[in-house]
Amino acid sequence: MAIPWLSLLLALPLVGSLLVLWLPEGRLRLIRCFALGVMLLELLLAAGMMGQYDPGRAGVNEPEAFQFVERTRLFTLPLGAFGRFAVDYYVGIDGLSLTLLLLTVLIGLIGVLSSWTIERAPRAYFSLYLLLIGAIVGVFVALDLFLFYVFWELMLLPMYFLIGFWGGERREYAAVKFFLYTLAGSIFLLLVLIGLYLGTALDPGAPPPDRVRVLDLLWLMRPEAYVPGSLLDPSSPGLIGGHNARLIAFAVLFLGFAIKLPVVPLHTWLPDAHVEAPTPISVILAGVLLKLGGYGIVRLGYGLFPEGGLVFGTWIALLGMIGVVYGAFVAAAQEDLKKLIAYSSVSHMGYVLLGLASLTQEGVAGALFQMFNHGLIAAMLFLLVGVLYDRVHDRLIPHFQGLSAIMPLYGGVALFAFLASLGLPGLAGFVSEALIFLGAFSAEAVHPGHVLVPRWMVLVSTAGLVLAAVYYLWAVVERMFHGPLRLQRQEWQAALVDLSWRERIMFLPLMVLILGLGLYPQAYLELVRSSTNHFLEWVLTSGKAWWPGGIASGLGN
Amino acid sequence: MMPQWTPYLVGLPLLGFLLSGLLGLLWPRYRRWEIGIGVLAVSVVALAFLLALGLFVGLPQEELPLRVVLYQWIASGDFAAPIAFRLDTLSLWMTLIVTGVGALIHLYSIGYMRGDAGYWRYFAYLNLFIAAMLLLVLADNLLLLFLGWEGVGLCSYLLIGHWYADREKAFAARKAFVVNRIGDFAFLIGLLWLFREVGSLDLGVVLDRAGAIESTALGAIGMLLFLGATGKSAQIPLYVWLPDAMAGPTPVSALIHAATMVTAGVYLLARLSPLYVLSPGVLGLIALIGALTALLAATMALVQTDIKKVLAYSTISQLGLMFLGAGVGAFSAAIFHVFTHAFSKALLFLGAGSVIHALEGEQDIRRMGGLSRHMPLTYCTFLLGALALAGLPPLAGFFSKDMMLTAALGSGHEVLWFLGLVSSLLTTLYMGRLLVLVFHGAPRAPAVSRAHEAPAVMRLPLVGLAVGAVAAGWIGWPDLLGHGAWNWIGRWLSDSTADLEHGLSLGLEALSIALSVTVAVGGLWMAFRLWGRAGLEADHMLQRRLGGLYALWQSGYRVEAIYERLFVRPLLQGSAAPLRWSERYIAGGLIGLASRSAFFIGSGIRRLQTGLLSLYALVMLIGALGLLAWFLWRSL
Repeated sequence: MAIPWLSLLLALPLVGSLLVLWLPEGRLRLIRCFALGVMLLELLLAAGMMGQYDPGRAGVNEPEAFQFVERTRLFTLPLGAFGRFAVDYYVGIDGLSLTLLLLTVLIGLIGVLSSWTIERAPRAYFSLYLLLIGAIVGVFVALDLFLFYVFWELMLLPMYFLIGFWGGERREYAAVKFFLYTLAGSIFLLLVLIGLYLGTALDPGAPPPDRVRVLDLLWLMRPEAYVPGSLLDPSSPGLIGGHNARLIAFAVLFLGFAIKLPVVPLHTWLPDAHVEAPTPISVILAGVLLKLGGYGIVRLGYGLFPEGGLVFGTWIALLGMIGVVYGAFVAAAQEDLKKLIAYSSVSHMGYVLLGLASLTQEGVAGALFQMFNHGLIAAMLFLLVGVLYDRVHDRLIPHFQGLSAIMPLYGGVALFAFLASLGLPGLAGFVSEALIFLGAFSAEAVHPGHVLVPRWMVLVSTAGLVLAAVYYLWAVVERMFHGPLRLQRQEWQAALVDLSWRERIMFLPLMVLILGLGLYPQAYLELVRSSTNHFLEWVLTSGKAWWPGGIASGLGN
Repeated sequence: MMPQWTPYLVGLPLLGFLLSGLLGLLWPRYRRWEIGIGVLAVSVVALAFLLALGLFVGLPQEELPLRVVLYQWIASGDFAAPIAFRLDTLSLWMTLIVTGVGALIHLYSIGYMRGDAGYWRYFAYLNLFIAAMLLLVLADNLLLLFLGWEGVGLCSYLLIGHWYADREKAFAARKAFVVNRIGDFAFLIGLLWLFREVGSLDLGVVLDRAGAIESTALGAIGMLLFLGATGKSAQIPLYVWLPDAMAGPTPVSALIHAATMVTAGVYLLARLSPLYVLSPGVLGLIALIGALTALLAATMALVQTDIKKVLAYSTISQLGLMFLGAGVGAFSAAIFHVFTHAFSKALLFLGAGSVIHALEGEQDIRRMGGLSRHMPLTYCTFLLGALALAGLPPLAGFFSKDMMLTAALGSGHEVLWFLGLVSSLLTTLYMGRLLVLVFHGAPRAPAVSRAHEAPAVMRLPLVGLAVGAVAAGWIGWPDLLGHGAWNWIGRWLSDSTADLEHGLSLGLEALSIALSVTVAVGGLWMAFRLWGRAGLEADHMLQRRLGGLYALWQSGYRVEAIYERLFVRPLLQGSAAPLRWSERYIAGGLIGLASRSAFFIGSGIRRLQTGLLSLYALVMLIGALGLLAWFLWRSL
C-alpha cells in the first residue's frame, strides 16, 4: 500500500495543534518539546516523501503526472438551479509546489526553535502555530480549488491571533490591518471561484444524469471543462463591461495574490505586521506566507488563465521593477531594523514578478528559486532581529554601535545573511537573481515581436543590487556592528551575550542551505526543471491559442 | 604535469581558508597558535604557486588553451555555467603572479600581524582573497569569473575593515565595497547583454562569436564591462575607493595593489581583447580614460603626506598606464606591466609596512626622514622598488612601461603617448620625493632614532620581491633589440591576447625609448635635488609656486565632494522625505478607507478578544479536524 504522504504531512500539525491543548499549561518545556517533536516528525515525513519523489514527472496540468495524489469526494451539495456542487479532498504535488512545501516544513521547524522565548499562554500559542503550518501545507498540496480556498482562509485566523495576541505594542492595529488586507485578497479569490463554478465544471467522471460540478484545478485547465459560450470559456470568452471576462478574471486573481506577495502599492500591511509580530511569526510570514502569493499567481493565475500572462506581462514586470527599486529605497531610509528587513523583502519579492513575467525558462525557474531562497534568507534575517530583541527589547539601528565587539559570532552570522540577501555570488540568492535577470533580459529575443519585459525595466531593476549593498553595509553593518561599542543604555552590555547553542542550531541549517545552493544550485534546479519547462510550454501554447487577439500577434516560441 | 590539477590552484587556498576559519571559529585555543595559523596560510599559497609553476613548465605552450570542467554550476533553459577552468598563457601567467607575490605577502604578514587579536581571521580572509582572485583569473565562464570578481570585492571589504572597531576603517571598507558594486552592476548588465547576443557566457564561445555581434551592441557590452573594470582597477570615474582602502593592514594593501583585486580590470580587458579590438571607439575611450587617470593620479600622488597614500595614488596612476596600453591594443604589454608592477608595488608597500612597524604606527612622511641608517635593508630594497617603478633602466618597470608607450606612439595616439610620458615624469618626481623624505636627510621625529629592522620573516619577502623588481623586465626586451626575438613575454602572452600590430619605425621607437630614459633619469635627478636639498621646504616652495593648482591636487580635484553632492546626498538623504510621504499617503492612502474601518472593527474585536483565545483556537480546530475526519471516514 502506498503511504499517503501528503495526508500525513497535513494531518500531523493539525492533530498536534489539538493535542497540545491537552498538555498541562504550566509545563512550558514539555509544551515546547512537544511542538518541536511534531515539527521534527513532519520534517522526517517530508524527507521520506522526497525519497520517493520523481523529478522527471512534470505535473502542472497533467493529472496523471502529479505525485502522491489522493482523491476522495468529501460532499456533494445540491444548489438548486446552479446544479450540484461537489468538493473533493484532492491533493497532489508537482515541481511547482514541492520545494515550497519543503520550505514550509523547514521554516516551520526553525520557527519552533525560535519560539523558545515565548512564555505567554504557550499552549494556545503552539496550538495556533501548528494550525498555521497545517493550513499552509494544505494550500500547497490542494488541487481542488474549494479545498485550496478553505486552507487559504484557515491560515488567516491563526495568523491574526498570533500577531494580535503575542505581538508588540501596536499589535492589534497590525493584526486587523493584516486581517483586512488578506481578507480583501480572499474576496478576489472567491469571486473568481464563483465565476468558475457558474460557467463551467462538469465532472468528467460522472454519468450524465448524475452530473455535478467540481472545482478541480487540473480539469479547469482544459478547454472542454467549460460550458461552451459560458463566461470563462476559453474558445469564446464572455464580456464583462465590454472586456474579455477571462482577462478580468486573471487580473482579479492577480490582485488578490499580489496583496500577499506583496506588490507595491499593496504592501503597507507587511511592514506593520512584521514590526508587531513576534519573531517566529515574522519568520513564517516572510519565509513562507509571502510565497503563497507567488504560488497563487503561478498556479492559479497563469495556470487557469495563461493568456493573462501574455497580455499583462509588461505590467507585471513593471510592478516587479517598482517593487524592487521602491522597496530598496524605502529600506535604506528605515531606522527600525525589522522594518528595514521587511522592506527588503518587498524588494526581493519584486524579482519574482520580473522573472515570471519574462516567460523564459531561466526567468520562471529563477522566480521559483528566488521564492525558495528568499524564504531561507528572510527567515535568517528576521531570526537575527529576534536575537537582538530578545536580549534588550529594542531594535532601533541608532541605538546600537560596535556590536561585533561583544557579539562576534552574531556579527559574523549577520554579515553572512546580509551578503546572501544582497546577492553575493556563491550564495543562493545570487543564482536566482542572476537567472531572473538573464531570463528577463533575453525575453525580447525569446518572444520576437512581443515585448513582455522591456530591457530598460531589467536595467532599472538591477540597480536593486547596488541599493541592497548600500542599505545593508551602510545602514546596518557599519552603523550597528562596526565602530567602537556604544549602546543606548549601559546595562545592555551585560544582556548582549553572543549566540546561544539553541540559536546556533537555528541558524546552521539555513546557512548550510544558502551556501550549498549557492555553490550547487543544480540540486534545486534539477528538482523543478521538468515542471517549470512544462509550465512554460503550457502557458505559451494555450496562452497563444486563447489569446484574445488570436495567434496573429506573432508570438514566437 | 596534468592539467587535471588545475582546480587545486583554487582549491588549496580555499582549503586554507576553510581550515583557518573553522578551526578558529570552533576552537578558541587555536586562535592563539600564531605559528600554526601562519604556516598553514603561507604553505597553501606556496603550494599553489609550485603547482602553477609545475603547470607552466610541464604544459607545452602549443597544447594551450586547455579546459578543465569540475561540475555543472547553474543550468536552466538555454543558460549553462559550469565550474570550469581555462588554462592558457594569460591565465597561467596571472596565476603565477597572484600566487608568487601573494605567497611572499602571506609570509610577511606572519611577522606584521603578530599579536593581533584577529590573527586567524586575518589569515583565513587572506587565503580566501587568493582563492577568489585565482577563480577570477582561471574561470572559463564569465558568470564564474563574476563569482571571483565579487569574491575579491568581499575579501577586500573584510580585510580593509579588519580593525572594524575603528569607524574610519569600517567606513573605508564599506566605501570600497559599494563603489565596486557600482562597477559590478555595470559588469552584470554587460554579461546579461552578452548572453542575449551570444547565447552563452563560456569564454570560448564568447570569443569565437564576438565577430557576429552587431556593432552597437558590441560597443555597449564593451563599455559596460569596461565600466566594471574601472571599479575594480580604480580608474576614473570609480577610483575613489582605493586611496581610502589603505586603512587596512599594510600587507593587505600590498595584496590589493599588487597581486589581486586592482589587476582584475586589466586582466578582464586582456581576457576579452578579441572582443575589444572589434570596437575601436571603445578602445579609444579606454586609452583616453587610462591616460587621464595616469596623469591626474600622479599629480595627486605628488602632494600626499601619508606614505601609503602616495603609494595608493601611484597605483592608480600605474593602472592608468596599463589601461592606456590596453586601449592602444597592446594588451600583452599591459599584462607585462601588471607583472613588473606587482613586484615593485608589493615591495614598496611591504617596505612602507616595515617603516610603519618600526615607527610604531607613524604614517606621516613629514615625521620621518633619515631612516636609511637605521633600516639599511629596508632602504636598499625600497630604493630598488622605487627606481623600478620610476622606470629607470634596466630595472623591471622600464621595459613594460616602454612597451606600452611605444605602442601608444605607434598606434597614432601621439597626445596620449605624451600624457603617458608626462605621467612617467611625475612618477619619478613623487617616487624620488618619497624616497628622500622617508629615508634621507635628518630625522624629523624622535621615533626615528629608535627604529630598527623588522624580523627575518618580514625581511625575506623584501629581498625576494627586490630581485623581481630588478630582473622581472628582462623577459621582454624592446623590439629595437633583437627584433622581438628577446621579447619572450610578448610571444607567450599574445597567444591569448589579440594585440593590435603597430608599425613603429625603429627610429621612432629609439626616440621614444630615449625620451623615456631621459625622463626617468632627469626626473629622478630633479627630485633628489629638490627634496634632497630642501626637504619638506621643497613641498612648501611648490605650494607657493603652484598656488591654486597645488590645492586642487591636495583636494583630489574635489571629486569626492562632487560625488557626495551629486549622488550620495540626493540618493540617500534626498529620497528619505519623499519616500516617507509616499509610504504614508500614496501607498497608505490608497486603502485609507479600509484602514479607517480597520480601526473601527479593531476596537470592536478588542472587546471580544482577550481571554477567549483558546476558545477560538478550539473552534477553528474542530472545524478543520471535522473536515479531516470526514475524509478519513469516507476513505475507509
